[in-house]
Amino acid sequence: MPSSYNNPVYPYIHSPDQDAAQPVHHQVIIVGGGPAGLAAAMDLALQGVKTVVLDDNNTVSVGSRAICLAKRTLEICDRYGCGQPMLDKGVTWNLGKVYFGEEQVYEFNLLPEQDHKVPAFINLQQYYMEEYMVNRCNQMPQVELRWLHKVTHVQTDDAGAAITVNTRDGDYRLTCDYLLVADGANSPIRESLGLESKGQVFEDRFLIADIIMKADFPAERRFWFDAPFHPGQSTLLHKQADNVWRIDFQLGWDADPEEEKKIENIRPRVEAMLGREMEWELEWASVYTFRCRKMDSFIHHRVFFIGDSAHQVSPFGARGANGALQGVENLGWKLAAVMQGRAPAALLQTYDTERQHGARENILHSTRATDFMTPKNHITRVFRDTVLDMSRQYPFARTLVNSGRLSKPCTYEQTPLSTPDRDVFEGAMRPGSPCTDAPVSGGNGSGWLLNHLGSGFHVLLKGDFDPGQITALEALATRLTAKGDPLNIIRVDAPGTPGANTVHVTDSRGVLAERYDLQASAVYLIRPDQHVAARWRQLEPAAIEAALQRALGFELSVEQAA
Amino acid sequence: MSELNLEPNFSDADAFYAALADVHRDRSPEASEQINARLILLLANQVGDQHILEQALAIAGQINSELFHDN
Repeated sequence: MPSSYNNPVYPYIHSPDQDAAQPVHHQVIIVGGGPAGLAAAMDLALQGVKTVVLDDNNTVSVGSRAICLAKRTLEICDRYGCGQPMLDKGVTWNLGKVYFGEEQVYEFNLLPEQDHKVPAFINLQQYYMEEYMVNRCNQMPQVELRWLHKVTHVQTDDAGAAITVNTRDGDYRLTCDYLLVADGANSPIRESLGLESKGQVFEDRFLIADIIMKADFPAERRFWFDAPFHPGQSTLLHKQADNVWRIDFQLGWDADPEEEKKIENIRPRVEAMLGREMEWELEWASVYTFRCRKMDSFIHHRVFFIGDSAHQVSPFGARGANGALQGVENLGWKLAAVMQGRAPAALLQTYDTERQHGARENILHSTRATDFMTPKNHITRVFRDTVLDMSRQYPFARTLVNSGRLSKPCTYEQTPLSTPDRDVFEGAMRPGSPCTDAPVSGGNGSGWLLNHLGSGFHVLLKGDFDPGQITALEALATRLTAKGDPLNIIRVDAPGTPGANTVHVTDSRGVLAERYDLQASAVYLIRPDQHVAARWRQLEPAAIEAALQRALGFELSVEQAA
Repeated sequence: MSELNLEPNFSDADAFYAALADVHRDRSPEASEQINARLILLLANQVGDQHILEQALAIAGQINSELFHDN
């Protein structure tokens, strides 16, 4: 098959660990060099934690696989320092169109408002995402990537983990305080520990055909129910980088995966869709079925499951790799805080509670989309087709059309780490929400709020506060930072020169004030993963310190954490 | 006089649709038919207004019989 991409080959390197008489100990070992594992290494590196990443292969993803990178993922990667090459290479899109037969019945714009650094979505083949992540990891002295080092055995208890690694030079053993497992949906490590990922299999098959063609179709997500060129089934068309187009044909449960993958069977399907005169070449094809499942707990003693090994979704909604990165950024700062003695071990349990919530939300949306696309019985097919038919004419029916509800970061409702609102705020933001980006000037000069947040706790504030309280806040930030618990202050539209641990930013067009409801005065405490921990209308340094302690898990009893 | 609302009005459209599919899960066609009839009667009573109900019935009656192929 022709290829628009040559997979890099990373060298096998013999580690001195392989020659040690006793198993060498590392603080954190990560199994799997896919998006979740590489993101975990970068996140921890930014927190000053060293990691060893073990991967059984020596390249990035073979085939395009996950192609839709959501806004939140791009923001996370931007913080890791690998977002820009993704944005430069990826195909930006905001618009989705849904067709029933020949007719467009529904259209959605995922980012209807301006003033965000990154778009709602880009499409980028998974191999590029991984390659840029590997490049970034290689710049980070805290990250050691070991290619062709395959973990074959894992043992764990409440004190650590011991693993056996197979290489071309034979087996060796390592121990660690924490083992992060990102070895994919079929996770051999999960299986070997006798743990299960539970959920449902959907009785349907889909053909992915990635084709190379020069076409001037717009960079939109186009989805057909009962396409005229593929009757009775759905089809998805999506543009990727390098003039590669993803086509996704629903085939039904009875399709033969081996037959459908053959070029002679793919060609007529694509010709029916694009016409016989269109020139194209097949780059990659795969036939797959979906599963939506998750583990009951993502933590097993000192083993932490991240990404698809912990939770798996159907692809409609792009919640797999995107959900994985949200999980990683949730875990990174907590693990660093506990390892560095800044937070109690109970904080780690909230990785499970908060991300179980995220995984449930992702599974719920992806299950509903899949159920809509593949009705399970006659009556649900009647309802589905009636919804589509009525959606041509009646706006209410369009809200029921579901071709995938695209990935959005979840709000950690009810998390014990948030301090509930006492004051009144307008708008969608609330404790537990991911921070929305907004343009700002000044500060580090980046021009965007999110580039000022992350990796430590931040206090974002605007208003005419008592200078004594400002001094007390600066003293708190200085004291905590000296203790190794960095607290940074961001003052919006403040006069004068910035005080200790403080940057001043200007919200010249008022977008930040609107998105965070900063009218009058407001103070936000923001977690290292850019989620809101607490907020007030008054500035009370004692309340900020209490909320910070809470966000670090000092208020958790063992039961709450579990 | 009130008119039939054809604009989006669901508080959670996806949750409604999922619940609708659930109530029909693992039911015989006869049972499904009966469930639909009960549902229509319940919702019609909730709507109450004869004028609105007649508008809904008129739209519902304009079916596209070519739409459904058994499979």
